[in-house]
Amino acid sequence: MINASLPELRRALDVRQISSVELATLFLDRIDALNPELNAFITVDRDGALAAARAADERIAAGTAGALTGIPLAHKDVFCTEGVLTTCGSKMLSNFVSPYDAHVVSLLKAAGVVSLGKANMDEFAMGSSNESSYYGPTKNPWNATRVPGGSSGGSAAAVAARLAPIATGTDTGGSVRQPAAFCGITGIKPTYGLVSRYGMIAYASSLDQGGAFGASAEDCALLLSAMTGFDARDSTSLERPTEDYAVALAAPASAKPLEGLRIGLPREFFAEGMADDVRAAVDAALEQYRALGATTVEVSLPNARLAIPAYYVIAPAECSSNLSRFDGVRYGHRAAEYGDLADMYSKSRAEGFGAEVKRRILVGTYVLSHGYYDAYYLQAQRLRRLIAQDFQAALQQCDVIAGPTMPTTAWALGDMADDPVQMYLSDIYTVAINLAGLPGLSHPAGFGADGMPIGLQLVGDYFGEARLLNAAHRFQQVTGWHRRRPACAA
Amino acid sequence: MSLSNEQVGHLARLARIALSDAEIDATRSKLNGIFGLIEQMQAVDTAGVEPMSHPQELATRLREDVVTDENRREAFQQVAPQTEAGLYLVPKVIE
Repeated sequence: MINASLPELRRALDVRQISSVELATLFLDRIDALNPELNAFITVDRDGALAAARAADERIAAGTAGALTGIPLAHKDVFCTEGVLTTCGSKMLSNFVSPYDAHVVSLLKAAGVVSLGKANMDEFAMGSSNESSYYGPTKNPWNATRVPGGSSGGSAAAVAARLAPIATGTDTGGSVRQPAAFCGITGIKPTYGLVSRYGMIAYASSLDQGGAFGASAEDCALLLSAMTGFDARDSTSLERPTEDYAVALAAPASAKPLEGLRIGLPREFFAEGMADDVRAAVDAALEQYRALGATTVEVSLPNARLAIPAYYVIAPAECSSNLSRFDGVRYGHRAAEYGDLADMYSKSRAEGFGAEVKRRILVGTYVLSHGYYDAYYLQAQRLRRLIAQDFQAALQQCDVIAGPTMPTTAWALGDMADDPVQMYLSDIYTVAINLAGLPGLSHPAGFGADGMPIGLQLVGDYFGEARLLNAAHRFQQVTGWHRRRPACAA
Repeated sequence: MSLSNEQVGHLARLARIALSDAEIDATRSKLNGIFGLIEQMQAVDTAGVEPMSHPQELATRLREDVVTDENRREAFQQVAPQTEAGLYLVPKVIE
């Protein structure tokens, strides 16, 4: 049952093969057994989960269950959950029991989803390894000496280890796709504006976007369908009808289901920097896509190499502004001893924020300061436009863009902890997609020489989620990488 | 570009983050590494390119000027470090 897909869980619940309470208990017991080692959850909400499961069982009995009623899930701890500790991976919010629900949390509650608890993450979603969490790093379920990726590392590890069948995440520079790749699962970041940011603790608001994790594209499609939708409380929420991404996957199988799909391969993503084992897995996956009827064409993203420098101006600039709200006055940590008001701010923030968060706030403060704004912030925004235009030009020649999600498999815990720039560079294939605001998906595509999972990234045009999910689903119908599990979930 | 300890101290004061001298030293070397990365942007001529602040070209949505939310002061103040009589308490700022 722990490895069942969402449609299988739905059937088991509907025919009363298992109750939602039994299902939640099954996963809660796995969390009790495995979380001390993996540290994928910051908070486990057994009582809340069982109460939600009982309510779900009543809905199922009454015949009013929806697609996700009674399905357990883990929420990234960036989403505010009413009455439940919401830390964002930071000491700053170590005492913050949210007085309200994020929009995504309300939507999933209304759908009858059973939240098991809050998943570990890099502090304020700033990191690619989960090592910046105040609550200690999450371990990769495939090898506990490796990082799970970040910043949604707890969510990805929870799904990979089957501590939850699905999980929410957020992706500002790769934080859904990268941990999905490192943990051997599927993750999708939709078009910017599809998932409401209300109650999603802000890092870089023009880049932050909620996303979905599951073992398969099909599970992601079901979860994402329940997360999207216009929300007037988010000023950048898009007013467009919601889509049922799972419906698109239901088309009957055929020998060449991807006939006509043009896959663009950016020559800059297949250049030096990609590890040999990643290249071999990506090449094999692309061969599989061609066997399904897709064609591949070389495209170019000439400004993609500038995505990381531009990102590390724009994201810190927005972060320095967003995180100014943590001042020890209305919520969060306040220093025990202080003099005047300015001293209270400075000491509370010094104690509440970790080293990486402080660095990004300082970088952002610098690039926004008088005399540097044009040279850094505006230059980064001009590059952002060039990068977005590159994608639009490439997408004239193809329907989706494919390449590696990450240049290597998951590195060892501690390997990059003292070298922020080296870690930043590992996001080379993911950050450009956030700058452009495009949808991106990572799905398992094999294993490296070290036995660690490798992900393939698919990028679509704006609102191309259904196409990405369908392509990944067709791939997963004829391959088994997404069904491989680490030893702890075998 | 290379920041001095004085500049890092100034940034920390602007950002309202207390840093000790030892922390300033450690932070400076990390920040200089990050700015080394960022400097790569300067090699590109972006003359005439309109800055892109946001992925979607959205106009600000307007709404009627009416109350849309309930007063939840008590719930919100429950998570505050120090309150009294419905007010947030901070050190005295006016003598």
